[in-house]
Amino acid sequence: MSDLLLIFTDYTLRNVALGSAMLGVVGGVLGAFAVLRRQSLLGDVLAHAALPGICLAFILTGAKAPLILLVGGGLAGWLAAWLVLAVLRHSRLPEDSALGVMLSGFFGFGVALLTFIQHSNNASQAGLDQYIFGQAATIVASDVLNFTVLGGLALLTVGLFYKEFKLLAFDPAYAHSLGLPVRGLNTLLTSLTVLAVMVGLQTVGVVLMAAMLIAPAAAARQWTDRLEAMIGLSALFGAMAGVSGALISATRENLPTGPLVVLSMSAILLVSLFFAPLRGLVWDWARTRQHRRRVRLERLLLDAHVLHTHGTLTPQALAERRREPVAVALRNLEALRSLGWAQEHPQGFILTPTGEQKAHELEQAMRVLPQRVEGSS
Amino acid sequence: MIAQPKTARHPESGASSPLSVRDLTVVYREKPALWDVDLEVPAGQLCAIVGPNGAGKSTLIKAVLGLVPVASGQVRFFGQSLEQARKRIGYVPQRGSVDWDFPTSVLDVVMMGLYGRLGWFRRPGRLEREAALRCLEQVSMSEFAERQISQLSGGQQQRVFLARALAQNADLYFMDEPFAGVDAVTEEAILHVLHQLKGQGKTVVVVHHDLQTVRDYFDHLTLLNVQVIASGPMDETFTPENLKRTYGERMRWEA
Repeated sequence: MSDLLLIFTDYTLRNVALGSAMLGVVGGVLGAFAVLRRQSLLGDVLAHAALPGICLAFILTGAKAPLILLVGGGLAGWLAAWLVLAVLRHSRLPEDSALGVMLSGFFGFGVALLTFIQHSNNASQAGLDQYIFGQAATIVASDVLNFTVLGGLALLTVGLFYKEFKLLAFDPAYAHSLGLPVRGLNTLLTSLTVLAVMVGLQTVGVVLMAAMLIAPAAAARQWTDRLEAMIGLSALFGAMAGVSGALISATRENLPTGPLVVLSMSAILLVSLFFAPLRGLVWDWARTRQHRRRVRLERLLLDAHVLHTHGTLTPQALAERRREPVAVALRNLEALRSLGWAQEHPQGFILTPTGEQKAHELEQAMRVLPQRVEGSS
Repeated sequence: MIAQPKTARHPESGASSPLSVRDLTVVYREKPALWDVDLEVPAGQLCAIVGPNGAGKSTLIKAVLGLVPVASGQVRFFGQSLEQARKRIGYVPQRGSVDWDFPTSVLDVVMMGLYGRLGWFRRPGRLEREAALRCLEQVSMSEFAERQISQLSGGQQQRVFLARALAQNADLYFMDEPFAGVDAVTEEAILHVLHQLKGQGKTVVVVHHDLQTVRDYFDHLTLLNVQVIASGPMDETFTPENLKRTYGERMRWEA
């Protein structure tokens, strides 16, 4: 609890938490569109491609003002995205190859530039490598302001073009047929994703940024079937991950914020994948299991009903009919009894009225199914 | 006023046909997908485009709508360019062209048909909801309005796409294989809508694959196999000779 209060009193932590939360919100919203358009990997390319842009901005201006470096990174990311689209349009390279090549190409160039800068004896270069994995501890109030402006711009634009972006994500060909400028909207949405990446460069860095685009959206999709709600949840999950990552790293020695933000986000995603109602794997699994169990019991009841009508519902007869050991048959009869479908009787077992009723209903239902040819069991 | 039955739009004297295609050629890589296609679609009729797999049926629709790049040719709608006539054109894509697991409701999808009319920055409101509901009613899907679209059967998906196009309240409709793989109820619903549209004086161009039904469903037939083999009134065009020329000696019949 006292850790939580630090957010309000500790200047550094407050900035780090705010910056991370901002990243979570903006990444969450833009990521929702990226995931739905199956362009998650494009986000990854944008982020990695920012590195050479950051280095070039530093070389050209000699400045280390974060905003200038972020703009450089953003421009490089944007260029990479444009190149990917151009390659896809004009070559036969498959999409994943185009994305992979562009990602490693830009990132490799960035690392080379970084090494070059580090060996150029420029005293002010120290710390440029923080953009690889992020270094949230360096976030100060002016950075938070930058993030707010960049992020606010992105969110506002999404708000303005919400219905167009929705249609673009669902059915771009139809959007085109309505006369919407699909290419322009595509470029706009990609540019907004670049803004989100810029917000994240200082916190999580180019390598981990993709997680902040993909994971919140993927987690949010698990909980809702409505786009509005998905976007809202995605932003919320991103913000939660941002704040908890900042808090955890603040309360432990030597734990970096960026990776912890991403780890927190991964934890939220894992919980969502397994436990979200309707879409969660656990419920899926439970439903399948329950269904199987029901069908097994119904088959059992039908077998028991046949024997019951001949007055020979005994463990031995059931075992013979179902080709199972007598011990198993006994256990099955117990199961029927505990359901209230069968009861003990001097000659073994009989079905209760409820059990008979249920068996009749099942037989009626079976009539609807295609009949199996006699003797082909 | 959207998608409500209204009196037939009388073709002005000397008005141009809803769709007029001249010398249309589309090239994917090196191979032509459409070669020198000429086509006049008569107003107020149900027109089928039929041909073997890979004949360019869908490509023809996409090309006239500007969805795929065109190598050469001219397309006019009601004597106007695509841009000028856009609001009079409705489109029903193949239902397999989208991800039906998208997080949205049936009503939301139908309202998308109104986005072009709504214009920038305006969100659909009560009027749009009501218009969309009326369109759902026309395809007997009212009770599914709030459903998530992943819960629909293939035929229901097709009817939702049809309702979305109806919401556009267009004068000329393009439908890409609306009858492909749908149940009997949906087939009935689509036919009902087609006849309703015809009754309102609208023109419908449908990519169709089933030679068994094409004669019963449509008034006008275009046989396509990269080139237009024959095009005209159904009775004159649906001849064994033309069919043989379309499907060729290869006899690659569609499933």
